[in-house]
Amino acid sequence: MNAFSVAAFNSGLTLATPEIFLGLAGCGILLLDLLIGDERRHWTAALSIAALLITAVLAAGVEVSGPVTALGGMFLVDAMSQALKVVALVIVAVVFVYSIEYMRHRGILKGEYFVLGLFATLGILVLISAASLVTVYLGLELLSLCLYAMVAFDRDSGRAAESAIKFFVLGSLASGTLLYGMSIIYGVTGSLELGTIAAAVQGGLATNIGLLFGIAFLIVAIGFKFGAVPFHMWIPDVYEGSPTCVTLFVGSAPKIAAFALAMRLLVDGLGGAHVDWGQMLVVLSVLSMAVGNVVAIAQTNLKRMLGYSTISHVGYILLGILAGTSQGYQSAMFYTITYVIVAAGSFGMILLLSRHGFEADRIEDFKGLNARSPWFAGMMAIFMFSLAGLPPFIGFWAKLGVIQAVLGINAVWLAVVAVLFSVVGAFYYLRVVKMMYFDEPVDAARIDGSPLMRAVLSANALLVLLLGIAPGALLVVCAHALP
Amino acid sequence: MESIYLTIVLAPLVAAILAGIGGRAIGRVGAQSVTILGVATSFALSALVLKRMVFDGAPSFDGSVYTWLVSDGVTMQVGFLIDHLSALMMVVVTFVSLMVHIYTIGYMRDDPGYQRFFSYISLFTFSMLMLVMANNFMQLFFGWEAVGVVSYLLIGFWYTRPTANFASMKAFLVNRVGDFGFVLGIAAVLYYSGSLDYSTVFAHAQAIAAARLQITPTISWSAISFTCICLFIGAMGKSAQMPLHVWLPDSMEGPTPISALIHAATMVTAGIFMVARMSPLFELSNTALSTVLVIGATTAFFMGLLGVVANDIKRVIAYSTLSQLGYMTAALGASAYASAIFHLMTHAFFKALLFLAAGSVIIAMHHEQDMRKMGGLRKYLPITYWTFLIGSLALIGFPGTAGFFSKDALIDAVGRSHLPGAGYATVCLTAGAFVTALYTFRMFFMTFHGEERMDHHTREHLHESPWVVTLPLVLLAIPSAVVGWFTIRPLLFGGFFAGAIQVAPTHDVLGAMASEFHGPGAFLLGAIAGLPVWLAVAGVACAWLFFLKRPQLADAAERRFHGLYRILVAKYGFDWFNENVLAAGARRLGGGLWRFGDQDLIDGVMVDGSARTVGWFSSVLRTVQSGYLYHYAFAMILGLASLLMWLLWRT
Repeated sequence: MNAFSVAAFNSGLTLATPEIFLGLAGCGILLLDLLIGDERRHWTAALSIAALLITAVLAAGVEVSGPVTALGGMFLVDAMSQALKVVALVIVAVVFVYSIEYMRHRGILKGEYFVLGLFATLGILVLISAASLVTVYLGLELLSLCLYAMVAFDRDSGRAAESAIKFFVLGSLASGTLLYGMSIIYGVTGSLELGTIAAAVQGGLATNIGLLFGIAFLIVAIGFKFGAVPFHMWIPDVYEGSPTCVTLFVGSAPKIAAFALAMRLLVDGLGGAHVDWGQMLVVLSVLSMAVGNVVAIAQTNLKRMLGYSTISHVGYILLGILAGTSQGYQSAMFYTITYVIVAAGSFGMILLLSRHGFEADRIEDFKGLNARSPWFAGMMAIFMFSLAGLPPFIGFWAKLGVIQAVLGINAVWLAVVAVLFSVVGAFYYLRVVKMMYFDEPVDAARIDGSPLMRAVLSANALLVLLLGIAPGALLVVCAHALP
Repeated sequence: MESIYLTIVLAPLVAAILAGIGGRAIGRVGAQSVTILGVATSFALSALVLKRMVFDGAPSFDGSVYTWLVSDGVTMQVGFLIDHLSALMMVVVTFVSLMVHIYTIGYMRDDPGYQRFFSYISLFTFSMLMLVMANNFMQLFFGWEAVGVVSYLLIGFWYTRPTANFASMKAFLVNRVGDFGFVLGIAAVLYYSGSLDYSTVFAHAQAIAAARLQITPTISWSAISFTCICLFIGAMGKSAQMPLHVWLPDSMEGPTPISALIHAATMVTAGIFMVARMSPLFELSNTALSTVLVIGATTAFFMGLLGVVANDIKRVIAYSTLSQLGYMTAALGASAYASAIFHLMTHAFFKALLFLAAGSVIIAMHHEQDMRKMGGLRKYLPITYWTFLIGSLALIGFPGTAGFFSKDALIDAVGRSHLPGAGYATVCLTAGAFVTALYTFRMFFMTFHGEERMDHHTREHLHESPWVVTLPLVLLAIPSAVVGWFTIRPLLFGGFFAGAIQVAPTHDVLGAMASEFHGPGAFLLGAIAGLPVWLAVAGVACAWLFFLKRPQLADAAERRFHGLYRILVAKYGFDWFNENVLAAGARRLGGGLWRFGDQDLIDGVMVDGSARTVGWFSSVLRTVQSGYLYHYAFAMILGLASLLMWLLWRT
């Protein structure tokens, strides 16, 4: 470990401005929320969204020419961290916009949701910028603890409580595994800093069985965070059991954290052992694509179906990471970002259709949507087509990228498996589209939702289409982030 | 010059669009005026082009006017090749078309689809001109298909009649068969020469001739024979050669003017024209030439026989068209391309004349076409009678008429060929002269002479047709009578087609005849002593004896040769075979493939089967998600344990 220097520490603080601001803003809003009555609660939401957007601007504004490690080797800022932070912050802001109406209808429009969301986001940011095993663990736990609380936050719902306890127990198990893996790696390499660990692994520790055991434990934690098979069991239950606004939160921004976790631990720290963790990820990836896509077919609950859909998409993201090439990392990052955008929109649609006493979370609830609202049926169709990976939507380029990545390492069979399971997956996405356009509506209620939500949701869908037609800009961002 | 060529092509197209889309706005008179003006413009300019080329010695033109697309080095463009061959075809097409346009005013007077009809026939003229003026295969194929479409539309013009719809569908389907061969031929041309332009392709002809088409490692075909036979299959469809002839008799369901224009004078000769145009390729393959020769001669004789038993006046002429197309095809096979084109030209005149005259009879008979209900029409329809007679004489090759010069020279040329099958062809064509005369004058006598067999009501209303009908008859009768006399020397022996048509020295039958040719008069005298002329006279005499003098003889002959008669009435069973074996078989095969292949295999096993498998798999996997926390935790631990076991096992 480097010698501690006060001057260097202080200059490093400027790099952490976004995290510091978000943490202070979270505390501030927590205090302010006490002074706001329930009928004015939307101010909390507005302030939270403003805090997120300001943080995003700050994060984008940090000037870095290359990877910079600061704060005593704990904190890292590079192009990837900047890009992921901005995306995560914007996505959380969008999630908040989608959530307000839903919570108001159920009388659960409380400040806790936003405050917990802000701290969870802070956890994501810390995780993204982690340069040491300690920071990784700190960010991950901050995120996870906030999420457990959010899942349970509709305290009168038995199912939410059940989901939360499952999530918490399994999450703790994963956390413990992670910690155990970290300690093994510390024991083998003698360092907590990812840079030093990387050097040690390169220096001949790559075949050390102890290190490989440590990696296996880390893989379990990463798999859990992503929701990769066989560490996926929490996903369907949590997705279904949580209030939809929390499902939306859990299903979107934390995926970016999971991606950052995998990149920091496996690539930054253990890149020298790629051969080994790559093979482990192959198993996880194929199982995820298979189980996710196949089981999603049997679902009747849309949230649960999207949960399995998440599992299958994680399989594709892992394809990019396991390739171990910069092309693969770029494609995985591209996949993660686009998936999060599309997932936010899909859950947003459920939130839009739901109202007091009606969750709109069964697939049948989307029957005949075209007759009720052609515009939003079109938006939902865009999300479903994109998830299925059809051109000209963004999901197509994402799938194309990861498949090209595995072809780049001559793993043709993986590419074939990926394509086959995407065909299977197309079924349940297209079933939703079929129901919207060809079935009679069972529900004639008018679709409301605040103008802001409608506008953001429409923009979200149109972005999916627009990026699908012109994916160049996002591809450039990913290429820049992971050269 | 390019603007003249463009005008020739586009004038009928513009007229067709005006009459077709704006038909309601411009009315009947407007539609007929605009289309006749368009076609008249084309005819006048075509005649000017021909005159410039023949008399003023203008060079031939070969150039593109518009590049449609370039794909992988292959350029597809609209371009014109104007030489003596295409110029002559342009004049023939536009002249007959103009006559038919004028005639239509009278024939279709009471038809509600008046404007539509004019639009179609102008569109046809455009398509046919595109075909003959093309300088590349792409445009040739465009024209080829376009005339096919218009032919389809016109055969089914009276779309409320089921027979017309059946006939148009039949024509379309049979032509698809031919077109398939044609497309294969064009593809072969493109494959071996890398270009679709005539000039480039012909320059590569020797390379194609040297190439072999490898079918299996041990079997290979000559590329040039394959190409030429494929192209000829296209010609067989369009020019109605056996066994793809079945659509032509049925096409008589269309209005008579189009029978004259499309199914006698112009479109059906597209195949003849195309083979003549491709002479640089066909000359390199004796196999292809022999095929052409045998198929043409067979069609010429056996289709003529059918004319003897047909009773519908238009069908008789249709069978005669088949037979005459067979003559032309046989001439192509004997490398006497010039002779084929010469016969094509004279045939266009006299066959259009015969059809239009038959149409005049049909108008007078109130759309009755059965000759058994006619007879003795001579005194009611004098102009029609005399023009019909001229057409009939030209058809049987009566000495001095246009048909005589072209047909006699054609039979002579085939007789001099040394290709395999030439002997058979000569016998067929010579015997065909007798058959032609027999059915032609059977028709003539049954229609215009003998007892009046029509009913009383029809007889009361019999009168000569209006001038718009008789004028084209007279204008067509003149070339039918005399054009042969003036054109035989330049067309056959004067090197008229030099540059447009190539003939290998060993195949040059017309060159051999040229040395014996001493002017049309001497040709006439020489031919009178020949067999074909006497066979034609004998045919006329037989027709007179059997169908006019002693009709009971015909009935006796019918009983005596009952088996033969049945075969002829059944048209050799081609239709039966097509409908009951080919069509029914194809339907059965399709039905079987649909049931077994599509329903059972693809839908049942592959699509539904895989879906069922996935669905079953899904429901099984779903039960793993039990909802119990310890199951979930166990799965995670199991996963971790597997990873660790794998690491241990691997090392």
